[in-house]
Order: sequence, then C-alpha cells, then structure tokens
Amino acid sequence: MTATTEAPATTAAGTPSLPAPAISLAGVTKNFQSGRESFTAVGGLDLDIQAGEFFSLLGPSGCGKTTTMRMIAGFEEPTTGVVRLDGTDVTGVAPNHRDVNMVFQSYALFPHLSVADNVAFGLKRKRVGKAETDRRVAEMLSLVELGDHGSRKPSQLSGGQRQRVALARALVNQPRALLLDEPLAALDLKLRQAMQMELKRIQRDIGITFIYVTHDQGEALTMSDRIAVMNGGYVEQLGTPAEIYERPATRFVAEFIGTSNLLTGTAAATTADGTDVRLDCGQRVRIAERLSEGTPVDITVRPEKIQLSTAPPDDSLSRVRGTVSDTVYLGSSTHYTVRLDTDTEIVVFQQNDRDLSAADAIAGRGSEVWLSWRPTHSYLLPS
Amino acid sequence: MRRKLTPYLLALPGWAWLALFFVVPLAGMISLSLTSGNVITGFTQTFNVGNYVEAITTYSEQLVRSLLYGLGATLICVAIGYPAAYWIAFHGGKHKSTYLLLILLPFFVSFVLRTISWKFTLSDNGVVLGTLKTIGLLPADFSVLNTAPAVVLGLAYNFLPFMVLPIYAVLERMDHRVVEAAHDLYASKLQAFLRVVLPISLPGVFAGGLMTFIPTTADYVNASVLGGPGNTMIGSIIKTQYLVNNDYPIAAAITFVLMAVLLIGIFSYARALGTERVMEVQAK
Repeated sequence: MTATTEAPATTAAGTPSLPAPAISLAGVTKNFQSGRESFTAVGGLDLDIQAGEFFSLLGPSGCGKTTTMRMIAGFEEPTTGVVRLDGTDVTGVAPNHRDVNMVFQSYALFPHLSVADNVAFGLKRKRVGKAETDRRVAEMLSLVELGDHGSRKPSQLSGGQRQRVALARALVNQPRALLLDEPLAALDLKLRQAMQMELKRIQRDIGITFIYVTHDQGEALTMSDRIAVMNGGYVEQLGTPAEIYERPATRFVAEFIGTSNLLTGTAAATTADGTDVRLDCGQRVRIAERLSEGTPVDITVRPEKIQLSTAPPDDSLSRVRGTVSDTVYLGSSTHYTVRLDTDTEIVVFQQNDRDLSAADAIAGRGSEVWLSWRPTHSYLLPS
Repeated sequence: MRRKLTPYLLALPGWAWLALFFVVPLAGMISLSLTSGNVITGFTQTFNVGNYVEAITTYSEQLVRSLLYGLGATLICVAIGYPAAYWIAFHGGKHKSTYLLLILLPFFVSFVLRTISWKFTLSDNGVVLGTLKTIGLLPADFSVLNTAPAVVLGLAYNFLPFMVLPIYAVLERMDHRVVEAAHDLYASKLQAFLRVVLPISLPGVFAGGLMTFIPTTADYVNASVLGGPGNTMIGSIIKTQYLVNNDYPIAAAITFVLMAVLLIGIFSYARALGTERVMEVQAK
C-alpha cells in the first residue's frame, strides 16, 4: 500500500521534458480468472493522459474500456504493468487512497442521504472542516444547477438531476482526474446532448482531467480532446477526434467511427500525382499515395466527401458510376445508397442546399449517377 | 363510476376475511377478557377490569422474563443473521439460492421436533457438553438445560431465518455499486459499511427484528422443552390458563397485556430507528 514517488518529468526515453502526465498506464494488462478459464480484458496498454485533457476511451462493449477505467480508479488491479498518477506509482493502492473520483453509470448515489450529504460524503471522509464543506458543497451544487435541491433525496430527482448530483459528488473533491463511466447512457437523446455540452463546459471551467468511457462515437467525437479507440483489449488508434475520423488507422476504426465506404482493389498504374486503383467491381479510382503496381489496396471514403451528379464529373477526380438503390431524406441532408455492382454499395451524404426540384431530379431511385471525390479523400487504410 | 369502484371491489374479499377472522375474534376476546365466572357456570359480561389487574400483578415476572428472552434471542439473531445475510448477498455468487435454502432447511422439520433435538444437543452428557467435559474444558457438573441461556439459544435457533431473510432481501436489492462509490469517495471498508451499507439495510434489520422479537416473546415451546420449571414464559401461562384451567377471561386478559406491551415496544423501537426515514429508503 505504499506509493513511491518517482522523479517527475522523465519520459520513457529518459529525456527530461514535459511534466509527468496526469495519468499514465505502462504495459498494463488485465486477466480475469473464472474457475479454470482465463479471460483477457486488457491485452497491453500504454497510455499517457495529460493534465486538463478531456480523454475518451471509446469502443464496443467488451473492448476493455471499463476495465481500464476501473484499474485507474483502483477497483481492479492490473495483472501486469504500472498505473501512475502525476508520476506517482499507485498500482496496488486502494481506491480510497487514490486522488481520482468516479461517476458511475448507474450513478450509485447513496439513497439514504440527501443530495447535499451525498455531495459532502467525500469531504467528510477527508475530514474537511464543516464550514468549508458546506461552502464547497453549495458551490458545486450551484455549478451543476441544483443549488436549491440540496435537501432532497436522490429518489425525488429526475434522471438528469441524479446524473448531475453524481458529477457534483465526484468533482467537489477536486480530484486529479475525474473518471466517467458512460454517465449519459441512461438519459434520453435531448438530455444527453444537453449534458454533453454541459460536461464540456464544466470541464473547461474547472480544468480537471476527464477520462470518459463510452461506446457512443458521436459522444466521444463531440467532447474529447483525444480519443483512444479500443477493441479486444488493445488500443486501435489514439488521436484527436479529427485524426480518428479523417485518418482511421485500421479497418475497425474506419467502420466503428461514423459511416465509411470501404473499397478494396489493386494498384493498377502510378501517375504523376498518385495511383490509379482498379476496384474489385471493375471501376477505377484515384488515390494520392504512390504505390507499386499490383499492391492490394483498402481505401475508405467518408460519405460527405462524395459528390453525386448526373453529368460526368471532371476527369481529375476519383469517379465511379452506379445506380441509386435507396434514398433517405433527413431534412438538412439526404443519404443516398448507390450500388456499383452486386457486392459494392457506396453511401453518399448530400447537403440539401440546392433547389428541392433539382435534388429531386438526382435523387430518383434507379437512376444512373456519377459519384466523384478528390483523390486526397480516398484514405488508404494501412494493411 | 364503475372504474373507480373496481379497486375497492377487488379488495373486498380481503377486507371480509380480515373482518371475519381478525376483527370479530379480537372483539370477542376483548369482551371475554372483561367477563367473570367459570367454565361450568358460564361467563357473564361484568366489565371486570380485575382480570387485567390480576394478569399484571400475578404474572409480571413471566411477562418481564418473556420480553428479556425475546430481546436476547433477537439480539443473537441480528448478531448471527446479519453477517450471514451480508455474506450471501455480497459473496454468495451463483449459489445464493443454495445458501438461502440451507438457512431455511431446519423449517422442513417440525418446530417441536427441532426444539426437542436441541434438548439432546444441549443435554448434560450430549455431543457438545459431553465432549467438552471429556476433554476437560468444562467442569463435570456444568449444565445448560433448564437454564435461561438454553431457552434463549433455542429461540434464537428457531427464529433465525426470520431475521436472515428480510436483511438479505434489502442487501440483495441495493445497488452494490454504492459500496464502490463509498470507497471511491475515500471511505475505508469499515466506513463504507457503517455509513452506507448499514443505513441502507436498516429497514431489513427493522423487519427482521419485529419478525423475531414478536414470536419469540410469545413462544412457549422452547421454554417448556428447554427451560424447565424455573423459566416459564408468558406463552406457557396463557396456554395453561386457557387449555388446562379453562380460565378464559384471565387468559384473554394476559394476552391483551402482552399485546399492549409488544405494541408499545414496537412503536418506541420504530421511533428509535427512525422508521420514517427507514421506510422512505425501502419505498424507493
């Protein structure tokens, strides 16, 4: 249970540089033993989360994101590896001796205590004086806009209000990092969107590191400074929302984040400014990278990068022909599904910024259309 | 109109049942407790409050003893039952129902038989005392049977499941994440238990307390089988007055004295535990 303080400000390479990250996981793995069966929840994780960052762990259920968070909180101990808070090794330190706080998915409010007593719980355990406790509780309750609900019981609050109590109960302790385990999952869509903005605002105001676990890619993209996309116990990609969306590192990330059109083919010929790729469906597209002939290629194109037209587009673009098989009108945009051949469909998002009649003329199901996009928008997936 | 009446109509059989088999007999008993006479000449209603005076003065010793035994048994049940319920609810894993069945298993044997088997268990040269005496841990003349502890132990044994089940129900139903939340908010394991788990489970302790204290106080089987002549409980007196002496008015009067004492006890107990708060948690 002893925490050893290490010299701060040394990176893995040993060169002095930035201050130690707020949270750092080094070589962390976690196996769960159930009877004779062993299950690897986290297969090997190296993460540095900087102070003040809004950091998301994003992935499908069972990807290890919650286990990772629970190891940071101290509810699970890593099988191997080291967890550091501000450069201090906290592996093996009990949760009540770790300076991080958690917002639980089910909120886990204390049903027998009033809202104010729920929020004061951590301060009382830390033996903060009564006057200061009262002041900080009141301050925190007004920050989450529950200033006049202090004497209520959790059972008398709505879901959104309970969520904010859970947030206040954790934040009032001014932890080094706040861990949030899918905190918005139980709320309805409108409230969830409002709370996303709210969380981001609170995080900016108080500057505490947030670690946010979610399976909702929209939520992660909206709020995060950086995202670690996890799958099967490993990080598939670590980057800013834009990096992850625009430059997915793997096929999994491309498919998990947003909508992607995945096209497979072979490099056919190199040109001055890229490579012509012969798709499996027989049509040709152009990519900006230069590849040697015969290389198998997986490319992905985001639906909003594609232009749909009836006239043949400029020859310098990547262009393919297909038949509209489905359209979904969404008000501000229309989603088209265009079939290139029996195996290949491309989804296209078009802003409805033209005359409705003109859009209508294109949109007809069964009509032949051209799809085009800039070669730089064909993103080559690393194989 | 009909829709508004439906709930009352549905409740009607229940009300009828209660009126017929609870209110009417109770009123009859109150009336009986105020009569004079004997079983041969018959009882006449004389509003004879003397029955109550006699019940209190003559049998106060047994009454107090019953309350003390009941209290003792209830405390033993909490001491044994709470940890058992806690362990099953938090650490029972997938075998929870098996453990609960084990707690209930003695109920599959008749109450009287169970108590008689305790007589063998606690007998001077039985399995427990005999062994302890043989290895020299107890003096040869040590005896448990026919003492107050024998009765209290028997009561605690017989009514333990009534304590375990309500506590288990509350512990099982509560969100176990609150324990993690307490640890996360700097509470040690002991603090998490005292500040979170225990207060949330108080309604279960309250219910379990009632369900053991009331029947143990009124019990007479344990006292007659395990207690011997010096440890008579109020239940035995009521039984003897009713079935042996056929003195119905005095038996009825003792019954109502016991009932009054229990009700007073329960209300002060509820106040002490703060039942409004407790019920609020349960209602949630």
